[in-house]
Amino acid sequence: MEQDRTYPVAALVLAAITAVGMAIAGAPLWLALAVLLVWAGSLWLAVASPPPSLESATNGSFNRDDMGQFIEHAGTPLLVTENRRISIANRSARNLLGAHILGQDIRVAFRHPEAVALLERDTSGQATVQGLVRRRDIWILNYQRLGEELGVIELLNQTAEADISRAHTDFVANASHELRTPLSSIIGYVETLREDGGKAPPETRAKFLDTVLGEARRLKNLVDDLMSLSRVEAEKHDLPQEHLPLRELVESAARDAAGPERQDRLDLNCEGDIEIRGDARQIEQLIRNLVDNALKYGAPEEKVVVTLHRLPEGDAELTVTDRGEGIAPEHLPHLTRRFYRTDPGRSRASGGTGLGLAIVKHIVERHRGRLDIASKLGQGTTIAVRIPTVAKTAEEVS
Amino acid sequence: MTEHTVKAFDEDITRLRGLIAEMGGLAEVAVQNAMDALVKGDDALAQQIIKGDKKIDALESEVDKLAVRVIALRAPMADDLREVIAALKIAGVVERIGDYSKAIAKASREIADRRHFEPLTLLPAMGELAAEMVHDVLTAYGARDPVLAREVIAADRKVDNFYNSIFRNLVSHMVENPSTISTAAQLLFVARNIERIGDHATNVAEMVHYAATGTYPADDDS
Repeated sequence: MEQDRTYPVAALVLAAITAVGMAIAGAPLWLALAVLLVWAGSLWLAVASPPPSLESATNGSFNRDDMGQFIEHAGTPLLVTENRRISIANRSARNLLGAHILGQDIRVAFRHPEAVALLERDTSGQATVQGLVRRRDIWILNYQRLGEELGVIELLNQTAEADISRAHTDFVANASHELRTPLSSIIGYVETLREDGGKAPPETRAKFLDTVLGEARRLKNLVDDLMSLSRVEAEKHDLPQEHLPLRELVESAARDAAGPERQDRLDLNCEGDIEIRGDARQIEQLIRNLVDNALKYGAPEEKVVVTLHRLPEGDAELTVTDRGEGIAPEHLPHLTRRFYRTDPGRSRASGGTGLGLAIVKHIVERHRGRLDIASKLGQGTTIAVRIPTVAKTAEEVS
Repeated sequence: MTEHTVKAFDEDITRLRGLIAEMGGLAEVAVQNAMDALVKGDDALAQQIIKGDKKIDALESEVDKLAVRVIALRAPMADDLREVIAALKIAGVVERIGDYSKAIAKASREIADRRHFEPLTLLPAMGELAAEMVHDVLTAYGARDPVLAREVIAADRKVDNFYNSIFRNLVSHMVENPSTISTAAQLLFVARNIERIGDHATNVAEMVHYAATGTYPADDDS
């Protein structure tokens, strides 16, 4: 504290001179000393610690530019408003709303009525705005007022959450619809058989029972597919460790999928000695789904070609090619979606569940592979699956 | 834009742009809500749109007053004048867009038996296109972006095509089902209104282009 106090040297000297002067002029010594004491004492009390210097005060605080830099690289869009104009917008905000918003009225950036209502109020608050930049996107606007003029706006993107919950509801709705369809016809036919009381001719009864059996099988397939889909999805993140000889697996699974009556339509062309790390049941299912699709949707007289070979990069490539009417380009991006069908009626008639390719995609992803679908209308479809071989992964590890 | 020596002029222009944006936001939501009300048969929503149009009208008169005052007091020149004139005209057009949304909302209350109408599946797609045009043109206005404005003008063709196919569709529907003529006629008006919304978005786009560059986009073609 001592250093902080400045001593009023001049005033003290003046006091001393006055006291000495008084003594010389003949005043009593005690009076001169008393004057000096009162003078010096009052000086001591009057001079308090000096006001803090201006320099040290600006060191610690922000000015406006600093504040702009402070929020510039934040991942969430942030804006600072001053007198209902946008004075600072960080990079994310400029990317989202355009660089032109700087210096503009807030309403130029947020013209949605809910946002306008929020920003016009004198209090802080939140608003949900749909279609801020693109239609259907959803943002939460978090407005915080700082004093009379300043305000901070934070934007939170809610689009992804809304999408996920929509996808979830869609899936549940689709799955229940698919499960219900075969059940309805089973119930219908069984009710007819029961009410009829055995009067129908035996061939009609046999036909009804066949339909019931067929629908029940379809229901079972669907449940099986749903279960394997959820199993594959649950194990999505752990890479399978089993070493699989691919050629044997491909050949047996393809024959299995074709069954005895479609055996002659298969054209297997597989290279031997390719090993991958995989889950035998899943790889088998992948091949079965692909071959079954090709046989089902390819032209009935044409062959389905299955090839397996090693690519120069070290991946194993499995292709399944059919000759048929092919798939229209607009359907290609959606083929691996659950329950997506290019032609719903036909797919159901042939007993498809709408899950085959979705399962294939998940299996390929779990094996760190790639799925390519190429199709030409009127010519046919080729589905190629690439999976890293054991040799390649070992190389990468070492 | 560079700052003006008279700071008050800057403030007026900013306020004018803010008012236009606010009007635009209301009109944009009105178009979307009108289509929702039409498809879902939501009379409460339709009522809300009809009420909300008053606010757009009030804002338009506010823009008018402010623009006239700016011209009278500040005597703006060159791009400043263009800006004010464009604001004045755009306000009028956006108000019309609001009116068309109101008309759609009114028509939606007259439509009975929505489920059996095939054109009702085409109309939302058309309405979505028109709403997107309104959205884009307002963004173009905020950004003074002539490129986006030209894109909006190009998109109007799609809306017109939609209108033509819906028109044919509805006329053949009327011929086949005379009992539904009144509903079909209402839908025809709705389609017409959406088509007009698209046209007006195009008008705004032309003015945005004019305010930004000083030329109308059609001039570029010739």
